[in-house]
Amino acid sequence: MSNKSFVWSCLLPLAVVTAAFFLLPMARLVITGAGGPQGFSGYLAILVEPRYRATLVNTVLLAAATTVVTLLVATIAGMFLQRHRFPGRAVLVAMLTFPLAFPGVVVGFMIILLAGRQGLIGDLSARLFGEKLVFAYSIYGLFFGYLYFSIPRVILTIMAAVQKLDIGLEEAARSLGASPWAVQRDVVLPALAPAFVASGAIAFATAMGAFGTAFTLATNIDVLPMLIYTEFTLAANFATAAALSVGLGVITWFILMLARSFSGSAVAAAG
Amino acid sequence: MSAFEGHGAAVRIEDCGKTFADGTRALEAATLDIARGETLVLLGPSGCGKTTMLRIIAGLELPDDGGKVLFDGNDMTSVPIERRNVGMVFQSYALFPNMSVAENIGYGLKIRGVSKGERAARVAELVSLTNITGLENRRIDQLSGGQRQRVALARAVAIRPGILLLDEPLTALDAALRDRLRGELNRLLRSLGITTIYVTHDQAEAMELGDRIVVMRKGAIAQIGTPRDIYFTPRNRFVAEFIGAANIIECPVENGQLVLAGGRQPIRSGVNLAIAVAMIRPETIEIVEAGAAPLSGVVESVSFTGDRLRIAVVGVSDRPLNVDAPNNVKVAPGERVGLRVAPKAVRLLPLED
Repeated sequence: MSNKSFVWSCLLPLAVVTAAFFLLPMARLVITGAGGPQGFSGYLAILVEPRYRATLVNTVLLAAATTVVTLLVATIAGMFLQRHRFPGRAVLVAMLTFPLAFPGVVVGFMIILLAGRQGLIGDLSARLFGEKLVFAYSIYGLFFGYLYFSIPRVILTIMAAVQKLDIGLEEAARSLGASPWAVQRDVVLPALAPAFVASGAIAFATAMGAFGTAFTLATNIDVLPMLIYTEFTLAANFATAAALSVGLGVITWFILMLARSFSGSAVAAAG
Repeated sequence: MSAFEGHGAAVRIEDCGKTFADGTRALEAATLDIARGETLVLLGPSGCGKTTMLRIIAGLELPDDGGKVLFDGNDMTSVPIERRNVGMVFQSYALFPNMSVAENIGYGLKIRGVSKGERAARVAELVSLTNITGLENRRIDQLSGGQRQRVALARAVAIRPGILLLDEPLTALDAALRDRLRGELNRLLRSLGITTIYVTHDQAEAMELGDRIVVMRKGAIAQIGTPRDIYFTPRNRFVAEFIGAANIIECPVENGQLVLAGGRQPIRSGVNLAIAVAMIRPETIEIVEAGAAPLSGVVESVSFTGDRLRIAVVGVSDRPLNVDAPNNVKVAPGERVGLRVAPKAVRLLPLED
């Protein structure tokens, strides 16, 4: 057997797995999506039908807000945790990664305990203002749930990136007269850009597609995964559910590509 | 100290010591004056405190209480580095990867609010001064080590600093390039005439670049002097061995003569000592016929290094004596030779550790 054919035969399992678990189901999904009464224009309905379109916009906005707020919180916290040594730091870092151990259902449950009808925030606001503040069963509850499990992932990525940052770069910028703000703007943040894109992409994709939390909080939150679920199980509308699934994938993929190319120069430069 | 007519600031550090938070004493309290336009080299093995001293002058470290840093007589101790107007070149070069070569060089000027046109002119001037014309729009990861070193230097000099601080700027380069850049750097520093403080562990670099050298050891200053002072009249055994090659001999002295197994070697003063430490540089020893000099020994090995021979002679003192001889001397291992040393070439060092 020649070297080349040996390499090809080694790739065979990968080809089989790719075909069986990726290409075939995807193709099937795309075909099912076009199998409704409207044919391939069923895909167009995602954008044209007001209910679908509103849900789509909602989902993207929710995912974008989650990503931005997560990056903001995690960058500041990650930088602090990496650059400072204090008693209890190791315990704190370990605790911050704890949410990674929970499935979405548990996160949803925790949000209900916090901001639900019998929740802590409701009790507190009832005592202080005489009015019960309940937001667990809305898109805001979902937002906090996503924040809760996005922040640990992003913090860990940012901490690793900060650790690799050459402290000499900051000192060089300062020696050239840069104020602490200018150092962050011109040196630190550009150097962390690849980590922002990588961890932000994970946060975004998770917030676009996560289902467990949304399902635990309420069945009437208008996000795409819930819509797919209701179309599929309640309305038995296979074609629309499939079309929405493909749409969800394509849109998420497209926005991630956009983010990557937008920060492409920064990523390449930090290469 | 006013022999230097360069520009930039005069630097004085007063009682500057440094103890780190974990209790490590990196630098004993030291006082040092650096004249306007002088190039001062801080030389020593790793961990000797030279980088700590540089960082105190830069403003990246605070000296322990009581320490003071003065530029032209003004107390700068509590002024942060961004307001000290120092140019700094780091061992890693620390070039900004998200900026082009020209943007790196112009960064300090941009921060200072210098107009775009003026900035471009200054960058062009520095690019030609440091021989990197044509690389202005390159990314940093497209540059070789030598080119990075030049960009780092151009960036530090662009802001017209009062003091130029260089932290082992050539260490990251390979040997051949290092030698070439050393000469180039020397010419550049001379033409700039700016006060320069240069940290290195390489004594050849220190010799070539320094107006004065501060030899450091274990956080303390071992000796300060011109390269000639340091080489010819080292104050102690550490300096003698760290700078150049030295034969260090421990032996008694009788009537101004070193008493050795291979004979008696006269020295300059007529002292009597039970035990003395003497230094003889290898190039001050001349190989002569056996019997033609008071000292004699047996050649153990001869290595040809091109421009000279390095010969090891045994039987003179308890350790083999290294001799640097011209490359036309004819000796073979096993041969008995005489060794002629001028009395003034023998330097007695204090007994210590």
